[in-house]
Amino acid sequence: MMDTAEMLKVYNRYRGDAIVVPGRGGRHWVKISSRRGRDVELGDPAMGGHASFAMGLALAQPGEKIVLFDSEGDIQMGMGVLVTIAEQQPKNFYHFMLDNECYATTGGQPVPHAKTIAYDAIARACGYARTYAYDNHETFSINVERILGEPGPVFVALKVRADIENKPIGSRVKWRTRSQVQVVQDLKKELGIG
Amino acid sequence: MSDIQKASLSPETVLAEMKKNGVTHVVWLPDSETNWLYLLMKAEPSLTLVGVNREGLAFSAAAGISAGGRTPLILIQNTGLMESGDSLRGWALGLQIPVVLMVGYRGWTRHGVNTDTAATYTERFLNAFGINYYLVEDGADASRISIAFEEARKTKRPVAVLVADEYHGFN
Repeated sequence: MMDTAEMLKVYNRYRGDAIVVPGRGGRHWVKISSRRGRDVELGDPAMGGHASFAMGLALAQPGEKIVLFDSEGDIQMGMGVLVTIAEQQPKNFYHFMLDNECYATTGGQPVPHAKTIAYDAIARACGYARTYAYDNHETFSINVERILGEPGPVFVALKVRADIENKPIGSRVKWRTRSQVQVVQDLKKELGIG
Repeated sequence: MSDIQKASLSPETVLAEMKKNGVTHVVWLPDSETNWLYLLMKAEPSLTLVGVNREGLAFSAAAGISAGGRTPLILIQNTGLMESGDSLRGWALGLQIPVVLMVGYRGWTRHGVNTDTAATYTERFLNAFGINYYLVEDGADASRISIAFEEARKTKRPVAVLVADEYHGFN
């Protein structure tokens, strides 16, 4: 199991100009990233949609590298998106998936069949060009630069420790500093499209 | 050409409306009311077809396409629209995505009594989310599609076009 923040710090060394949709890793990512105009931290607009959102972004901006940090709970909610992504074959799409084996934001209840699913195998069977799975910091660190140099769509399943939250939503620390609408506006400004 | 064919909304007309309004990506799941569009859309080089397998994913995909500066159209059936409630709320309304939903209005009829609950709840669903909509029954209504696009751009909200096609016999 990896620490999500430490894993994101390693990724950040190789980020380059990528547009990052940090998904459930957002609260860590906003403290790590130094290219905020290229960050698309949306929190949780509606569970299960991060992958299709990021795929849409990749299709709309084929000249940009799009990196998503999805979660296994989101994937289970809309697993069919893997088929759509595989059909579209966006060469610029890098689909990392944080797998903490539970619904951390609701108190840590397990996702169905949490310890058994091989998400990388599912993505490969759907038709992703390349799929990987890592459960420790060392092998991830050794391989991440190479993976980001390969054409997409790439899927990388990552076992991470759960950051379980039990406080009522209203009393949790607010980590987002921009509204969802502002995030999209800032991205468009960065890309020169709005 | 029969009277029924004359009255129908032609796929060429719908495609022309898409092109006129700069649609780049059609995010869709086939339905029996608009199935006649598929071959034309597939042959149109300016369109990318993004097939989804659950309609809720269409809203998040369209949000990403729009955030990337392109123009999506969501093409789904009313049944799938109702399945998409949270995604419509969070991704399309929440991110203020200007997108037209072209929705096959399964069960719609202006003759006799509606017998399909898909039709019963369609407009109620849209009203609950505050989504404005335009009914398109035949070719004479096609200009309403452009009205929907203009309204979506102006309001930065989803706007629906209900394709009320009771003539094709697929319902």
